[in-house]
Amino acid sequence: MRRVSTALLSVSAVVACAGLTACNKNQSGPSSGAIQSGPLPSGNHALPPAAAAPADDGNWTMPGKNYASTRFSALGQVTPANVSKLALSFTFSTATTHGYEAPPLVVNGTMYLITPFPNYLYALDLTKPGAPTKWVFKPKPLAASQGVACCDTVNRGAVYDAGKIFFNTLDGQTIAVDANSGQQVWRTQLGDIQRGETITMAPLVANGKVIVGNSGGEMGVRGWIAALDEGSGKLAWRAYNTGPDKDVLIGPRFRPFYASDQGKDLGVKSWPPDAWKIGGGTVWGWVSYDPETKQIFYGVGNPGPWNPDQRPGANKWTTGVFARDVDTGQATWFYQTTPHDLFDHDDINEIILADIPWGNGRRPVLFRPARAGFFYVQDRRTGQVLSATPYGYVNAYRGVDLKTGQMIPNTDKDPKQGRVTRDICPAAPGLKDWNPSAFSPVTGLVYIPHNNLCMDFGAVEANYIAGTPYVGADVKMYAGPGGNRGAFTAWDPINRRKVWEITEDLPVWSPALATAGGVVFYGTMDGWFKAVDARNGKLLWRFKAGSGIIGQPISYRGPDGRQYIAVVAGVGGWAGAVVSGKLDPRDPTVALGFANAMKDLPMKTTAGGILYVFTLPR
Amino acid sequence: MSSRFRASILAIGLAALALAGCDREERHSRAKPIGETVPAGESPDTIWPGGTQPPPLDARAKLYDNNAPAIAEGQFLYTKMNCVGCHSHGGGGMGPPLMDDEWRYGGRIDQIAASIAEGRPNGMPAWRSKLTDDQIWKLAAYVRTLSGQPSKDAVGSRSEGMSSTTPASLTPREPAHTSDTAEQ
Repeated sequence: MRRVSTALLSVSAVVACAGLTACNKNQSGPSSGAIQSGPLPSGNHALPPAAAAPADDGNWTMPGKNYASTRFSALGQVTPANVSKLALSFTFSTATTHGYEAPPLVVNGTMYLITPFPNYLYALDLTKPGAPTKWVFKPKPLAASQGVACCDTVNRGAVYDAGKIFFNTLDGQTIAVDANSGQQVWRTQLGDIQRGETITMAPLVANGKVIVGNSGGEMGVRGWIAALDEGSGKLAWRAYNTGPDKDVLIGPRFRPFYASDQGKDLGVKSWPPDAWKIGGGTVWGWVSYDPETKQIFYGVGNPGPWNPDQRPGANKWTTGVFARDVDTGQATWFYQTTPHDLFDHDDINEIILADIPWGNGRRPVLFRPARAGFFYVQDRRTGQVLSATPYGYVNAYRGVDLKTGQMIPNTDKDPKQGRVTRDICPAAPGLKDWNPSAFSPVTGLVYIPHNNLCMDFGAVEANYIAGTPYVGADVKMYAGPGGNRGAFTAWDPINRRKVWEITEDLPVWSPALATAGGVVFYGTMDGWFKAVDARNGKLLWRFKAGSGIIGQPISYRGPDGRQYIAVVAGVGGWAGAVVSGKLDPRDPTVALGFANAMKDLPMKTTAGGILYVFTLPR
Repeated sequence: MSSRFRASILAIGLAALALAGCDREERHSRAKPIGETVPAGESPDTIWPGGTQPPPLDARAKLYDNNAPAIAEGQFLYTKMNCVGCHSHGGGGMGPPLMDDEWRYGGRIDQIAASIAEGRPNGMPAWRSKLTDDQIWKLAAYVRTLSGQPSKDAVGSRSEGMSSTTPASLTPREPAHTSDTAEQ
């Protein structure tokens, strides 16, 4: 993609993207198909840092696969040549029918499944035919927590470390369970549903700490991230994402790269008086970790309420990325992707660690396919933005100024209280929402499952009542240019361009899985589980599941030495709430306006929660 | 008395008759105030064992149901109390839809008032200590407009939503649910 420079700004301009998008849309319309639009990257491409992405042992112990969050399996038995023979090995019903966003975990012959509310944890014995249940742990979260969970009662995954499984419950607890016996080791209450706090994210365990953050950005909560001692569950530190520096754990080590993030108590000063106390900034997405520098990286959610006229200011430290020391929680840098967020563009998406060719050596960076629609490459030591390129259609922003790091707004799209602003792209769930991409060190490409949605946004005054929604927006979403509501894009992070793209009729709400065999997997909301060629996006195999797929696919080596692919089908989440919550899409504002774009979903799939496991025949 | 004046009287009389025929609302400006400390509501249950009968519709129902001022005030409260945040403009979200023909806890106005006042275990907050009884009944009266239950002349013809929501006067009427005993 060409770069536009002016005397004043060095801008990755949306104009250039529009040209590129047009190149890739020769197969427009709601049908799905792949287009190859460029050569493969040469050998000198991005690689994950070895310390954060150790050699694959055939297990899958954390949602991101490793601390670098590559979601890449080094298993290579399944290839483009044989994937068409992939066959069902076994299935399992989770006894839940809400949105299933979590990956299965596999540890030494046992598979672990964490369900949406009521957050059952199952252990299945992979060493026996049919994978019988070893045990089930039922944490019994409060039923009332379902009433303060903004976008279906999902859970994004458990994590395994040192003999224990760690997971969060919708009513705000973190629980450690013995991986062999299924007995509880500890549980710690972190969130308070009376204030609208839930926990839906998957914890990350790093350096003896269990890292957890809260959800509730649509309920006027105050966002935080916390670390619990892995052995005892005791709170080690908690950092808020709004408020005075002492609460945010901003101290002498904090060195943000850009001037706009420097200053004392910006988490108070960039808000109207006291608004930071109910200003959101939650942590419901993904955390990555660099073992070399002992830093965690995570994105911060939207400020509340959505109505931006009620919170003049930059609203720090919302909709940005924090780097923190894992042991103390002390912030080391912050970058605000969209100061004074206008569109609910949470910045919680996955953060992939990579080292890219730079001069004569390599530079440690982060890859961030952000909700606002730009693919960021940032130095992970400082937060400096090296590039920010739209990976789909964006008209809400004009680009990113690489000198100041600032997003350049498109003022035509500013929502104002008492009026409806139309045709804002991307819509509130962003060009891409929570569902993570996969990064293959074999191809050097990032496989991005994402949306193509625009919205009308009517800002109205929100009234804060603790434990109830604090939004102040009537939103209506619809398909973006081309008419397809989703896409699956292979992105070259070095040359900043699409290599190929598959257009999908429905938003792609499932995460991606890349494998060393050269096959990439993802699911669709109407229930197709697809295998495509990592090099050109050609559809190689597909399987129709009993419910729409928004769960994360994984690949593991079974006790018999064979490579398995596993995914749970269970439509729901924000995009699928119209099915899992039995909502009525005749009202266009349903599910914060998402259901208007999903009126056909109830005819295309039904609710469920079923594990599917595939392998090649012997 | 001029014939012109008589005609005016006749016209006013006819208009008054026409208005009375609409039965749009019943105002009780001189009636006894409604007891705000009396708990709202009725059981949502439909099984009454041993041959007992479900209680009749609460006497307060007729003060609110199909009552234009009550519905208008209920509509205001529906937004200000953040009902709209969970139930949207009737289609639901965090909470269930209110515009369809399914009522988990009963679709009678007194049953709806009970659900608002007491809350329900899967996430509906109990509003009894935050709203007065009168406000709860007004909200219940408005909730019934979302499925088109009141007559069209008792509801607003303006959309209260910013983005293309249907005005209440154009809301299609859903069939009465089995538990909606007031409609059977």
